[in-house]
Amino acid sequence: MQGSKSLVWVFRAYVLIFFIYLIAPLVAAGVFAFNDSMFPSLPWQGFTWDWFFSASDPKVGLLHDDRLLRGMGNSLYIGVIVAALSVAAGTCNAFLFERRQFPMKSLLYILMIIPLVIPGVIIGISILLLASMVANFLDREFGIFLLSLRPGIPLIVLGQFSFLTTITSLVIAARLQKFDIALEEAALNLGASRVRVLTTVTLPFLFPALFSAFVVAFLVSFENFNTTLMLVGSDAPLTITMYDRMVKVGSTPVLNAMSVVLMLGSGLLALASVLAQRPKKAEGNAAAAAMD
Amino acid sequence: MGRSADRLSLVLLFTPFALWIGLLIVLPQLGIGYVSLREKVGVNEFTFGFGNYAAFFEEPIYRNTLLRTAWISILVTALALIMGFPVAYYIAKIAKERSRAGLFLMCLIPLWVSDLVRAYGWILLLRETGVISTTLVSLGIISGPVEMLYNDVTVIIGLVYTVILFMIVPLVSTLQGMDDALLEAGYNLGGSRLTVFRRIIVPYAMPGIVAGCIITFMLTAGSYLTPILLGGKNSSWFTEQIYTQFITRYNWEMGSTFGVLLLIFTSLVVWLGLRLTGQSLATTVAKE
Repeated sequence: MQGSKSLVWVFRAYVLIFFIYLIAPLVAAGVFAFNDSMFPSLPWQGFTWDWFFSASDPKVGLLHDDRLLRGMGNSLYIGVIVAALSVAAGTCNAFLFERRQFPMKSLLYILMIIPLVIPGVIIGISILLLASMVANFLDREFGIFLLSLRPGIPLIVLGQFSFLTTITSLVIAARLQKFDIALEEAALNLGASRVRVLTTVTLPFLFPALFSAFVVAFLVSFENFNTTLMLVGSDAPLTITMYDRMVKVGSTPVLNAMSVVLMLGSGLLALASVLAQRPKKAEGNAAAAAMD
Repeated sequence: MGRSADRLSLVLLFTPFALWIGLLIVLPQLGIGYVSLREKVGVNEFTFGFGNYAAFFEEPIYRNTLLRTAWISILVTALALIMGFPVAYYIAKIAKERSRAGLFLMCLIPLWVSDLVRAYGWILLLRETGVISTTLVSLGIISGPVEMLYNDVTVIIGLVYTVILFMIVPLVSTLQGMDDALLEAGYNLGGSRLTVFRRIIVPYAMPGIVAGCIITFMLTAGSYLTPILLGGKNSSWFTEQIYTQFITRYNWEMGSTFGVLLLIFTSLVVWLGLRLTGQSLATTVAKE
């Protein structure tokens, strides 16, 4: 490096300050989960696990807070379904765009990326609107009443699926691109059937990407707020429940306890996905792009 | 493999794509476009025209909210670039090989934590009874507690915080590809540090800069939680208007109009950005 020593020190100091900026709110959200006080604020009243485990009023811990637990259950349920669906669709898309030639391919490729640049709120309202129009039409013309087209978990799943599929497609396609087609040809020449080649050669190669795509989709779904807000019915997922609590009821340290659980959970999952993709690093880029 | 089998498998691969893009992206967007052109004149009676758009431009509150959102989003994007570039450069070029991956991973940690938790953390730090205010009082630096929430500066700090990592990640991956010999050559030819930065580093990093700016800008303009939670009731953020029209007032015609306007506006900015820098969407946002 040509730069002088002092410049490097300026850089280091800056990066250090930057990391403090990054970590400060996370620390604040985490630490007060262990403060023995009714409010998540200073002064420090001593260490406690009450906000996780206490069952009695006034300190109802996380494990006994039914609304938060129900929200978490809904989020897990939605997350797993959405992640599975978007990985399945993403795998098809990856094969379609990496392996096949068809008319208007580049235009359709752009169409595939577009969901990433549509604001989440707009994805939410557009799906809400279309579903309602279809539901009203079915009701009016055929007298069919479809509850699943009204705000609720099915619509949340559709809304999140619509933009997560772009992410999973990009992650899986990036891995498929690195696949040496000669391996498949060799297996075919040795007499394996198409299906056999797919299940014993190609899919095992893709597995790390499938796993990461699943984890990323699950996490983004679990943490999604903007799209979900527009589509939520009576079964609110966790982010909506926490938001309501923050805005309407006022916060107690039980929200901090929840934050700690969320940070640990997403941290571990993210680590697992990074480890699964060991030699590569760039998927985070595409993955990152939709966490609004 | 026969031609017909080949065609069949293409159709089988194409169907999920077509259903997804058609039913969940294209049709819903056409839907809000359609509803935005519809005006209610009575119970289940509608006329079509640009009345909702006219109403938007006639009402200064609506207009100003969009302008404000636009202006803050551009400011946040610029700040994220200015603040993020040195960090990305340090990670990609100055840090030792061994610490590089660790630093990069540390940058990514907040990315995995939900927006909600991060905004909550800022609230705990900045509110009147918050950590910073209390600490300053007990150190005797200020005489009474101060409210640091609910103003524009806080909203901007919070927004930069939520989006800056999306700027750093693409910057690091482009800068990592830059050969140090380019810099050496620049210096050997007598370039000053500034010249090398302006003529070599920035042009090289351009795809990363554009990708980062696009993602950052889109996320900011479309954000909801941070401006509402840190800005309070008077944050006047455009997505909040959309929510109000759609959910609170149940005025879907106006809500759709706002949605279309936000979409047109953000697309316009992204298109302009791509145009000015000579990049394309496929090579920036979808890269890697």
